[in-house]
Amino acid sequence: MNKIVSKEYFSANVIKFEVEAPLIAKARKAGHFVMVKVGLKGERIPLTIADADLQKGTITLVVQKMGVSSSKLCALEAGDFITDMVGPLGKATHIENFGTVVCACGGVGTAPMMPIVAALKKAGNRVITVIAARTKDLIILEEQMRINSDEVIVMTDDGSYGNKGLVTNGVESVINREKVDLCVTIGPAIMMKFVSQLTKKYEVPTLASLNTIMVDGTGMCGACRVSVGGKTKFVCVDGPEFDAHLVDFDEMLMRLGGYRDIEREENELYKEALSSK
Amino acid sequence: MNISEERAQAWRADLRSSMKAKERTEIPRVHMPELDAEYRSHSRLEEVNLGLSAEQAMLEAKRCLDCANPTCMEGCPVGIDIPRFVKNIERGEFLEAAKALKETSALPAVCGRVCPQEKQCEERCMHLKMKKESVAIGHLERFAADYERESGSISVPTVAPANNIKIAAVGSGPAGLAFAGDMAKLGYEVVVFEALHEIGGVLKYGIPEFRLPNDIVDVEIQNLQSMGVHFVTNCVVGKTISIKDLEDDGFKGIFVASGAGLPRFMNIKGENLVGVMSSNEYLTRVNLMDAANPESDTPVFKGKKVAIIGGGNTAMDSVRTARRLGAERALIVYRRSEVEMPARLEEVKHAKEEGIEFWTLHNPIEYIGNEQGRVTHMLLQVMELGEPDASGRRSPIEIPGKTELIEIDEVVVSVGVSPNPLIPQSVEGLEVTKWGTVVVNNDTMQSAVPIIFAGGDIVRGGATVILAMGDGRRAAKAMDEWINKKS
Ligand SMILES: Cc1cc2nc3c(=O)[nH]c(=O)nc-3n(C[C@H](O)[C@H](O)[C@H](O)COP(=O)(O)OP(=O)(O)OC[C@H]3O[C@@H](n4cnc5c(N)ncnc54)[C@H](O)[C@@H]3O)c2cc1C
Ligand SMILES: Cc1cc2nc3c(=O)[nH]c(=O)nc-3n(C[C@H](O)[C@H](O)[C@H](O)COP(=O)(O)OP(=O)(O)OC[C@H]3O[C@@H](n4cnc5c(N)ncnc54)[C@H](O)[C@@H]3O)c2cc1C
Ligand code: SF4
Ligand code: FES
Repeated sequence: MNKIVSKEYFSANVIKFEVEAPLIAKARKAGHFVMVKVGLKGERIPLTIADADLQKGTITLVVQKMGVSSSKLCALEAGDFITDMVGPLGKATHIENFGTVVCACGGVGTAPMMPIVAALKKAGNRVITVIAARTKDLIILEEQMRINSDEVIVMTDDGSYGNKGLVTNGVESVINREKVDLCVTIGPAIMMKFVSQLTKKYEVPTLASLNTIMVDGTGMCGACRVSVGGKTKFVCVDGPEFDAHLVDFDEMLMRLGGYRDIEREENELYKEALSSK
Repeated sequence: MNISEERAQAWRADLRSSMKAKERTEIPRVHMPELDAEYRSHSRLEEVNLGLSAEQAMLEAKRCLDCANPTCMEGCPVGIDIPRFVKNIERGEFLEAAKALKETSALPAVCGRVCPQEKQCEERCMHLKMKKESVAIGHLERFAADYERESGSISVPTVAPANNIKIAAVGSGPAGLAFAGDMAKLGYEVVVFEALHEIGGVLKYGIPEFRLPNDIVDVEIQNLQSMGVHFVTNCVVGKTISIKDLEDDGFKGIFVASGAGLPRFMNIKGENLVGVMSSNEYLTRVNLMDAANPESDTPVFKGKKVAIIGGGNTAMDSVRTARRLGAERALIVYRRSEVEMPARLEEVKHAKEEGIEFWTLHNPIEYIGNEQGRVTHMLLQVMELGEPDASGRRSPIEIPGKTELIEIDEVVVSVGVSPNPLIPQSVEGLEVTKWGTVVVNNDTMQSAVPIIFAGGDIVRGGATVILAMGDGRRAAKAMDEWINKKS
């Protein structure tokens, strides 16, 4: 049981929680995640540790409402308890002074990118963050990103805010403008696939943080497996970050869709249950 | 009292002479009452074996000859005094029987249900030499343990005065639980760290309820708690806290019982298709996350034509689970013949009664999917048995060109597990084999790093509950001696 000490809305569907977890706060590094379960019959879902406060013994999670499990978490208030939380899991991001790093994120990937941007900045990198979304209202965490980025480029599909275009347009404009030593990308698999294709063309080394389906998060089940360079890897223990140019994104996309029908059904049931309350 | 002194007791002698050996061997072996096969193949949680009645147990116990040289005990990996507990059942002293069991086994209600008795004690029973069926030792063990639990007079073992020495167990499977119990009895302050949100290891997340009800494991856990054992769930040693943190925190001994939780795959084409998964994933979803319960948020595929690859207990548990979740066809695909199957005999029998198809001497070589990436077919290579290899087992060889294509919508890969590398990797100086198991002294279970002892599947690879439990007990004894010697 972990107590929520504060809750803050970044937007209607993106919520920041500070949660008591002194041991995790002490052990975590950028790139680590936790598995969170809400309720006795809840699902275990992975969430990146966005930040930690050693003094307070808390970690920060930024959650985007997707389906049942993330919505159940987002329905909790300060003072409530998260039923189960375990971590820090995964391999920490390898941080050093690479030079200039472009961090390309979109959708669910924006929150997990925050600690990486901060750690890269601290290590002396020039950090350019590209945030992308379909439309203005879906751009999140822009202010938070500005704190640790040398530059933030906002991209919207419809041009309602920032530059019109996709995340790849933003990344390409930077590559065309200056030497980029590393690209880090987190977001929907389809987005990472296109970022990876682009940076491969320009031969910019690229890390992708993969958000596969997970069950235990400790290497026990293999639900999270992906093919990297032709070998099967478990994202929860071998990752979540991999050399993007070696990741089989098509396979990952296929596997992510695996439970979509069941998830949709469960979400309908959950909404029904909520509205009948 | 040693075993022969026990045997020489007056009541035992009287009991022996009360019936002729010939009469005893003439009694037919008891049949375990069980749920109807058709009914149970749709009932996810109800236990298949119903347990013996007192009359059945007492009659079965009569079959035992109370041998002067009880070979059954040699077959028991932990050397339970089998005739003593059996004879106590014969004379109706069921609680005494349970006590006799508990002197050696920490989890008799569990072992009575899941031990492969036909390869252990029962394989060595005198009756077999006389061409009779062996005494149903496993069923009797379960009877005595269940009787004690249900009688409500389950005894919490006496705990020695607290010695204020902190020791830790990593992992709450049978090895960790057995270790914790013995150390608590000796007066140690015991903390068990568990990575998952549930206590019990494979007993909870692996073995299904229809074979081992959770309640039975929970009673054992409550017993430990009432003896003062402290459990910390959601704590991955090596991640949340390190072994070094534990030492700094004042823990004087650490027993690593982290199991063999890593699933193996076969690395064949199509294995990453949607609908193909490890048995660990399948069983974790269903058992740990209760995914088949509509109240649970965790999803699980309920395939109509499900193939399970493998022939061990895990494969049997998976295939019988698939049947219970509504599979019209549930298949075991195994590359050797039925004789070589490592699963318990009873599980194979139950599976067959439940309508499971056995495709022995078949091995998958490819899975084929549709445009959405969902598995729709598997290609099987037909095998035959070749000459016996060095281990005496006849190894399967391919019959060239002979394959079969079968329509399926779900595949559960159950071809073994490897030790969890987390702890072996995170501790400097620990000796590890090429299979990733931790090397220990066989008598003391102490590793190359003196403060660390280890046992169960992390030392043996995928083994059995009774061996894990035995390791836990041996480690407790040795750690206690080691700590006393030091101070
Ligand atoms: C290592 C890792 C770190 C993550 N960090 C964060 C984080 O910091 N903040 C955050 O909000 N989310 C994060 N996620 C994603 C988060 O775990 C999922 O959004 C969550 O599991 C969805 O559960 P749900 O029941 O709410 O939705 P579901 O009902 O499971 O899914 C709803 C919809 O989202 C899709 N979906 C499900 N899982 C994912 C996924 N992993 N990626 C993309 N789409 C998915 C489904 O296909 C479905 O269409 C992370 C994922 C991983 C693997
Ligand atoms: C489906 C299935 C069916 C089986 N059927 C039988 C049977 O019928 N009969 C039989 O005798 N055997 C059977 N077995 C084998 C038997 O269950 C195992 O040999 C036994 O459970 C091993 O016990 P253990 O204590 O070593 O490990 P486990 O039971 O595996 O427990 C290890 C525990 O450690 C935890 N852990 C791992 N790493 C860490 C860490 N770093 N920090 C904290 N905790 C950690 C795990 O989460 C787990 O709970 C079966 C196994 C499976 C999977
Ligand atoms: S070998 Fe069989 S008959 Fe002899 S003591 Fe053991 S159980 Fe009884
Ligand atoms: S989530 Fe189970 S192995 Fe990665």
